[in-house]
Amino acid sequence: MLDVQLSELLGDAPAGVGEALDLVAGFDGALTHGLARIGEEPAAALAALAGALAGSPIGERVAEAVEKVTAGSVADEHLAALAGARAALFGAVHDALLTRLDTALGRTRAPWPPASNPAGDSADGPATADGSAGGSSNEAAGGGAGVPDNLLAGCRVWLRELAIVGWRGVDHDLVSAADQTIEALLAVPELRGLAVLLDGLAAELRASSPVATMDRLPARRWADLWTRAMLLSQHGPWHAGGPGAERAAGAGGPGGAELVSGRLLILGADVHEHATVVRVQIHAVLEPAGGGPARLVRASMAAAKVDTIVGPTVWKLLRDQPVLLSALAQHRSVEITDMRLLPGGDLVWENHRARAAEESDPFATARVQLAAATPPPVTPLDRHPVRIAEPVLVEGYKCDGQSVDLGGNKLPLDLDRLPSCGPLTPALLKASTACIGLVRWDGGQWSLQPLAVQASVKKQPVAAHNGDWALGPTDPKVAKAEAKNGDVVAVLRERAGRLLRK
Amino acid sequence: MDADKTAWEQRSVARVVSPVEPRKLAKVPFVELADGRLQGVVSSGSDIERVYVSSITAGTHALSCSTNNNRPCGALHGYACKHIRMLADEAVVQYGLDRVARYLRVEVPEGGHLMHVITGHVERTPAAVVFSRFLRHLAYLEVPDSTEPLAELHWFPATGAVR
Repeated sequence: MLDVQLSELLGDAPAGVGEALDLVAGFDGALTHGLARIGEEPAAALAALAGALAGSPIGERVAEAVEKVTAGSVADEHLAALAGARAALFGAVHDALLTRLDTALGRTRAPWPPASNPAGDSADGPATADGSAGGSSNEAAGGGAGVPDNLLAGCRVWLRELAIVGWRGVDHDLVSAADQTIEALLAVPELRGLAVLLDGLAAELRASSPVATMDRLPARRWADLWTRAMLLSQHGPWHAGGPGAERAAGAGGPGGAELVSGRLLILGADVHEHATVVRVQIHAVLEPAGGGPARLVRASMAAAKVDTIVGPTVWKLLRDQPVLLSALAQHRSVEITDMRLLPGGDLVWENHRARAAEESDPFATARVQLAAATPPPVTPLDRHPVRIAEPVLVEGYKCDGQSVDLGGNKLPLDLDRLPSCGPLTPALLKASTACIGLVRWDGGQWSLQPLAVQASVKKQPVAAHNGDWALGPTDPKVAKAEAKNGDVVAVLRERAGRLLRK
Repeated sequence: MDADKTAWEQRSVARVVSPVEPRKLAKVPFVELADGRLQGVVSSGSDIERVYVSSITAGTHALSCSTNNNRPCGALHGYACKHIRMLADEAVVQYGLDRVARYLRVEVPEGGHLMHVITGHVERTPAAVVFSRFLRHLAYLEVPDSTEPLAELHWFPATGAVR
């Protein structure tokens, strides 16, 4: 990223973003106090939401939902419409922000493939105002056939209760009411996203209960999670994935996947985690076999865990993906053959379709190939600013430890996002001279989430990458600290083996 | 301060639950602050098949310890048995003394020890609920891996490199 590019990125916010976020804040306020008894202020906020969406394809539904909910009738379909409205606003904000970022970086994003699904409605089109099909029935055909109705219904019941009492009314009993549903969701591969989402939300609500006593609450965040969960609790093509899905046969497999082969050059690893899940998402440049322009893609590996498995130990849970782990730890490229690539740029990784290849320095890839690689389009349902994570290379900056300064333009470093399973530290960032990172946006501002740095420590050049410890910590101090606690994964597996099946 | 609060409330990604510290799990595989208690599971030192379910109730500091089959712990009478003491020690490692003391609503003097100020009576609470929560905890290790995109996880970044 050049200083002129950063300057363009940091200019005035795109038109309308502030107004859209004000509408969202109004909705979030209503959800904080609950829909059971809607006061004057939340009623006005909901009316404003309906007004803003009036010209959109879901305008009528939202208007009806707001009318009913304000009158005290809170039905599933109304909540789905409200969630759709909030998601549509964030979809628009996301598009404006991503366009700003792409324009600044001079990147041309691939277009979303045209809908090939004859039953495909709003969820398959790039130009629709939202990703929600609304409604709680089975009307959205084309996917999710294997998803049990009762499970989605169970989710909606809990989300409805949350909406009615509001965050301020949440207590231990209401949180615990979701336990069985979440447990059942975890057993359905197609619903894994919904499962980890609800599990994370429930854990936060549990830790915060009774919420009425909190002096501040994460209104935006919880409403985001509620909205996403509400949309995923509707039947629709977004449940078409999962390892059980048929493999794509040429064009147009499940979810529009294509099969790709070629050389994968890793840029870096982004780590996601809450108490019961860890996920490593790898950003890479794919050089397709047989030529063609290079593409930006992602590969993910996620494992369930418990809260006491933390730090570098989480890598032990991902041992079923040895090719990716060794590629990360040894900085190697990967040859893939006939791997499914979803239209949104995500490879659905299968270890046996990959082979670790020659050494490859992520900084070389970032310098030589990143700028010209084609970024993927965004899956319609995922259009929310939180998923903006564009890989960039930044160098030639001044760093005060808090932000990088490129020709007087400052981009804050997201130091909260340095995972404890990797070697990056604030001190290393401060001493850095080059950084591969993800450009992110939250709370009204852009930031840089570091994935890898080149730094000068005691006048010696060093490099550190988030994935360096994928095969175990390479820092002897960290390895010793981990060893001190014994093999916690083995201890828990032994206990599980002995106690679970009695 | 108000501006900070508003900014935090309007973030999609904000830390609500602090991650726990790593610890040895061999003797006390499960500790949690939940249901108004510090509660957990302590593996028996003598019988590999047996575990104890121990707890300290917040506020009253009532002590409870029994096997997972609801047999009362023979060592718990009048003062805390070693299972409860081990549970308390591991909870302090996992959550930090401040968080545990705040949850139990107890004042621990500077440099003091948690169990020195816990002086509750014995009050048996059923082991079944905690034990089933422990089994649910263990069941996570049997959930299959996933290589799906899981866009939801962008709301849950890994944090915590404080070294």
